[in-house]
Amino acid sequence: MDKILVAKDVTKRFGNHTALNKVSLEIPKNSIYGLLGPNGAGKTTLIRIINQITYPDTGQVLFDGKPLEPKHISMIGYLPEERGLYKSMKVGEQALYLAQLKGLGKVEAKTRLKFWFDKLEIGDWWNKKVQELSKGMAQKIQFIVTVLHEPKLLIFDEPFSGFDPINANIIKDEILQLKEGGTSIIFSTHRMESVEELCEYIALIHESNKILDGKLSDIKKAYKNNVFRVGLCTDNGNVLVNELMDKFNIKMPNYVIEDSQLDFNIQLPSSDTRELLTYLASKANINHFEETVPSANDIFIQTVKNKNVDE
Amino acid sequence: MNKLMLIIKREYLAKVRNKSFVIMTFLSPILIVGMIVLIAYLAKINDNETRVIGILNESNFFSNDFNSTEATSFVVFRNITLEEAKDSTTNMGYYGLLHIPLNDNLETVSANSFFYSKETPNTSVLDKLEDVFQARLQKKKLQDLGVSTEDYASIDNRFEISTATFSGEQNLKGLTEMKAIIGGAFGYLIMMFIIIYGGFVMRSVIEEKTSRIIEVIISSVKPFQLMLGKIIGTSFAGVTQFAIWIISASLLLFAVVYFFDIDLGGVNTTPNLPMDTATTIESAQSNGKMQLYINELVKIPWFMLITFFVIYFILGYLIYSSIYAAIGAAVDNETDTQQFIFPIILPLMLAIYVGFFSVFSNPHGPIAVAFSLFPLTSPIVMLMRLPGGIGDGGVPLWQLLTSIILLIGTFMAIVWLAAKIYRIGILMYGKKPTYKELIKWLRY
Repeated sequence: MDKILVAKDVTKRFGNHTALNKVSLEIPKNSIYGLLGPNGAGKTTLIRIINQITYPDTGQVLFDGKPLEPKHISMIGYLPEERGLYKSMKVGEQALYLAQLKGLGKVEAKTRLKFWFDKLEIGDWWNKKVQELSKGMAQKIQFIVTVLHEPKLLIFDEPFSGFDPINANIIKDEILQLKEGGTSIIFSTHRMESVEELCEYIALIHESNKILDGKLSDIKKAYKNNVFRVGLCTDNGNVLVNELMDKFNIKMPNYVIEDSQLDFNIQLPSSDTRELLTYLASKANINHFEETVPSANDIFIQTVKNKNVDE
Repeated sequence: MNKLMLIIKREYLAKVRNKSFVIMTFLSPILIVGMIVLIAYLAKINDNETRVIGILNESNFFSNDFNSTEATSFVVFRNITLEEAKDSTTNMGYYGLLHIPLNDNLETVSANSFFYSKETPNTSVLDKLEDVFQARLQKKKLQDLGVSTEDYASIDNRFEISTATFSGEQNLKGLTEMKAIIGGAFGYLIMMFIIIYGGFVMRSVIEEKTSRIIEVIISSVKPFQLMLGKIIGTSFAGVTQFAIWIISASLLLFAVVYFFDIDLGGVNTTPNLPMDTATTIESAQSNGKMQLYINELVKIPWFMLITFFVIYFILGYLIYSSIYAAIGAAVDNETDTQQFIFPIILPLMLAIYVGFFSVFSNPHGPIAVAFSLFPLTSPIVMLMRLPGGIGDGGVPLWQLLTSIILLIGTFMAIVWLAAKIYRIGILMYGKKPTYKELIKWLRY
């Protein structure tokens, strides 16, 4: 079985509101999976179902090929979006408590905690009270507690909110190391650009429906529309722009001419760029020429637009 | 099960390590004992004042009737005028002056007697003076009717009807009330415990919501486990606190009484005792019946009473604290709890007051029976009735069993409902819920 988690037609309603409408997902093992969508799309509800905090009205979730059971809870690590710690408890004591709730023995939990505290260089926080910590410091503790019991599946809901860039990078590296170690990871976020570079697979959720999923590189391939970004070194940019529009029969309103430098985007009818490049090379010095790959955000907006047109 | 133990342990430690909890635990007994000592001390001072009253007696009556006591002493003026007597009284700093004019007729003398004082006289002083006049007048009237003092004394006989149950067990007057007070004390304890520690459970749930740790925890344990662990852990903390209070307060009280020799008799320990009970006990004492009362108190089925106290305490506390937990889960902060708290406190208050009034007058009357069956009031009201025993002359067995069965049924229903509200509520932020909303949650 190469899927760590499979959701089949999962539906969840709260009163008259449908939070998830027949959502199906397949999350491959040992990958980073991005669950993307705006606030209120239903991501958190789906994650809570995976964590058995709530249960689907209809549909099924399989963990490692078997229907979800209470014993799976200890194989999942979950960092919720709304996360916090007991303010008046000491850091070490609290981490130990949360680790024991995940089923770790006291001695084992302590050894692992020491390891992680040293790794993230926070060993001297053990006896501090949580209320003395900054938000970023508390987030580190929460991260440790999430990964401590070495779960097969890690779920991070908005993992980088509250971290400064330096610590966000530290955490990002730790997550990548965990993935190297064989863990499967789900990222859930509405700030798509923040995890795009990490994810191999994504699913887009919009208004309780999954509107798109698959391998990110495949999706990008499917969504790219032969737009190229070009930078030329020329003194008579305006003339060149007009010639280009006539010759290739295209609209090209977005161009910038500055200090003998012409920058523009151009959309071609096919992915064949040879003709254009030959032409450009004969006219001017090419500074750069690259295909613009749509971002997850672009894809999302486009998919939502298409969907609305379809309806 | 193991996780439940972990939660209970954490909740217990979090509670007993809390600074304000520690302070309350150790300060309260000192405050309570201090209050008792202060009241006893003040009462003693109040009694210590001796009032001196001057008497100018121009008549031939009352020559031996005014006897000095600890609180009041009398100084007799002779052969001076009223004005001189008034001056002397003021100069000597006496409390007041009683003037009895000269006349042959006792009634006229009494009617024309005056008490002069600097300020409005104390009622107890006046009572004392009036008693003397009344006794003297009564004696004279009896003489006029031809009844001798001895004859009169022989008809002055208080009567008390003796009561017994059909099984022949003899009852003592006032015992019903005494038993109700003992039961009432147990009931009151339950109410206090529910209000204090139910509130703790609620605040602890709110704290988990506001600190946002709740979702971290319930991704590891079931919400129901967390709720149950919280309730049990908090109640252990409560029992610890109560035990410390009782032990340290009694030790302190003993020490204070022993070292400072303060007479606690000055404190009226049973201010709620109806007047006739107090007088009955008094007369019982004078009649040597006290032994009978003590026998009756020993005969109260303490073992049975404490067993049922534990049963009603556990069930009652679990019912109410799970409601408190549900309220805590439904709201975002403590100020929003008011609208939900009142309906909980209401049955508790009703139980205490209705219990005291109806059980006192008639422990087996319809109101007492109804309230001791209704699950939200039964833990308190049934305990007030129970010192009378079970079965013959006490609470009928069927009522006791019905009440417990109803309580268990309610317990299961309420915990189930509360757990549902709790499960939904802990994940809801930023909403101020209405009752309508809560009912909707029950159907999720």
